[in-house]
Amino acid sequence: MYQFIAGPLVWCAFAVLIIGSLYRIISMLSLAQKDMVVYPYMSLRHSLRSLVHWLVPFASVNMRRQPEMTVVTFAFHICLIVTPIFLLPHNILLHQSWGIGWWSLPKGVADVMTLIVIVTCVIFFLRRITSPVVKYVTSPSDYVLLAITVAPFITGFLAYHHVMPYKTMSALHILSGVIMLVAIPFTRLSHMLFFVFTRSYMGSEFGAVRNSKDW
Amino acid sequence: MDEAAEVVVVEDPGLDRQIEKLTPEKIERVINKVLTEETAARLQVYMKTCIHCGLCAEACHYYLSHDKDPRFSPVGKVKQTLWEILRKKGKVEPEFIKECARIAFTECNLCRRCSMYCPFGIDMAYLLLIVRRICSLLGVVPQYLQDTVNSHAVTSNQMWVKQDEWIDTLQWQEEDTQDEIKNARIPLDKEGAEIMYSVIGPEPKFLAQLLGNIAYIMNVAGMDWTMPSTDGWDNSNMAMYSGDFETMARIERTHYEAAFKLKVKKIVMGECGHAFRGAMYDGPKQLSWKEPPVPLIHAIEFYYDLIREGKVKIVKKIKEPVTVQDPCNVVRGRGLGEMLRYIMRAVCEDFRDVSPRFEHNYCCCAGGGVINCGPQWKSARMEGNSVKAEQLAATGAKIVVTPCHNCHSGIEDIVNYYKLGMHIKFFSEILVNVMEVPEELRV
Repeated sequence: MYQFIAGPLVWCAFAVLIIGSLYRIISMLSLAQKDMVVYPYMSLRHSLRSLVHWLVPFASVNMRRQPEMTVVTFAFHICLIVTPIFLLPHNILLHQSWGIGWWSLPKGVADVMTLIVIVTCVIFFLRRITSPVVKYVTSPSDYVLLAITVAPFITGFLAYHHVMPYKTMSALHILSGVIMLVAIPFTRLSHMLFFVFTRSYMGSEFGAVRNSKDW
Repeated sequence: MDEAAEVVVVEDPGLDRQIEKLTPEKIERVINKVLTEETAARLQVYMKTCIHCGLCAEACHYYLSHDKDPRFSPVGKVKQTLWEILRKKGKVEPEFIKECARIAFTECNLCRRCSMYCPFGIDMAYLLLIVRRICSLLGVVPQYLQDTVNSHAVTSNQMWVKQDEWIDTLQWQEEDTQDEIKNARIPLDKEGAEIMYSVIGPEPKFLAQLLGNIAYIMNVAGMDWTMPSTDGWDNSNMAMYSGDFETMARIERTHYEAAFKLKVKKIVMGECGHAFRGAMYDGPKQLSWKEPPVPLIHAIEFYYDLIREGKVKIVKKIKEPVTVQDPCNVVRGRGLGEMLRYIMRAVCEDFRDVSPRFEHNYCCCAGGGVINCGPQWKSARMEGNSVKAEQLAATGAKIVVTPCHNCHSGIEDIVNYYKLGMHIKFFSEILVNVMEVPEELRV
């Protein structure tokens, strides 16, 4: 059972992630042709300008107006992406399978970054249940997505620190990771795929067409 | 958020009586037609990418002025309209369509401030414009707004002005201007002129002095200009805001064809925001033009050139403290904020800037067709924009210059409602009082 989860299931998950994401992006690009203004308005320079202003902390007015949220969301996203890619246990598995590897995070740093993801997810959860405007537009699926996102980090942390039987926790970690990877192309987690495109379009429309700033 | 706040029921036959003509089948058919044929990637991606973070809320003057009531946040407005429509796949009730119309037409100015605050750059104004489109195709539009659109469809102008009334008004203003400027003329239908000047419908109807102002300025500056005597003199476009895109396109084409017929080099338009947006972007988009076929210059840019090039000289500046309104459609919509401040500083000694400013300025709450929905919706605009009153009061200015007709009316209402004691002026009104009239032109 464990062999299946740690082996073919992971392969399937990545396949679904990559093929699913490609499908979503390609169908969006083709649908964008039907939306007459999108391609004619696009401008590389203005897309990059807008992307820079929204990927640098405090570079846009709204980020400065809501500094706590800016800090939390940047911490969350950076740790979310960097930790799995540069984690030593993941790199060992990668080396075993493909013979490739790269630099790994020092153990203490990886621990801190994992905890940052967990704590920021708790903050997001609290925000959803207390902030009036967020509560107004929240539905059960938002909580499910948050759970899907934080589960691999909680189970991974517990597995690494040998809390509870290692094989069980490890299997849970892989399963929760599989669920998250598979969810990315087909749920609102796909915002990670579409962010570049929506930001580029808005940057182009405001910047190249309307000669104004969109940050 | 005070759930027990008093609810004022506004009666509007454009909503109340029109929904009586709707059937569930018609509603479903029209909604699905719009969603499948008229929208594509943008709508789908925006709806699927919104992570429900609520960061757009702080952008909206309605939200801020209603004590941060979530129902007025941009995402909250989309939730009450499009989320339901998509969830039910168009199977919604006539009463729901009325609510959609109320929210989309009177609780959002399509000012696009929220689009600058969303981390993804989701265009919530576009989403609410689609809601307006659906309502318009179902015939559910606030009565007063629909009347201006009907006027556009029949007379090509917003105010049921007939051709002889248009020409009479121009001749009257020409005569008035001749009392101050020797041999002042408003050349009509002058072929090959450099500039065609177009105005918005209300000007000949009840703001005729603005026509006199531009005659004064053009004659002193020695510009080679003309105005069309036929349809196409009105650059306003209320159909853009009601969701009647076909009429919108026809109006814009009429406007540009007037310029083609007169073989002018460019169109200069008066101080209006939505007219600029319609002529520069929305009209051409619908007509499949990437850009306007004749260069279109807004009044702010025109006055900037006149003052900077010395064609108009300023001989005395206004002494009282003056502030300015950055109209959404020409600052957020065209980046004319710096030029506006140049011309403001040229005509006043004590210019007090607003904060926030430029693209981040708050909408006047009258634009986007909202003031055109009629007097019964005035409270929606007043209660929806207390932040504007605070912003203006904070400048300590006695005069606010509004280079846009909707802003002028909207801010006038706000100044009276919140008792700010300020005067509201178009830029041209100030310019004619501070500019020099050369000796040879003086009467």
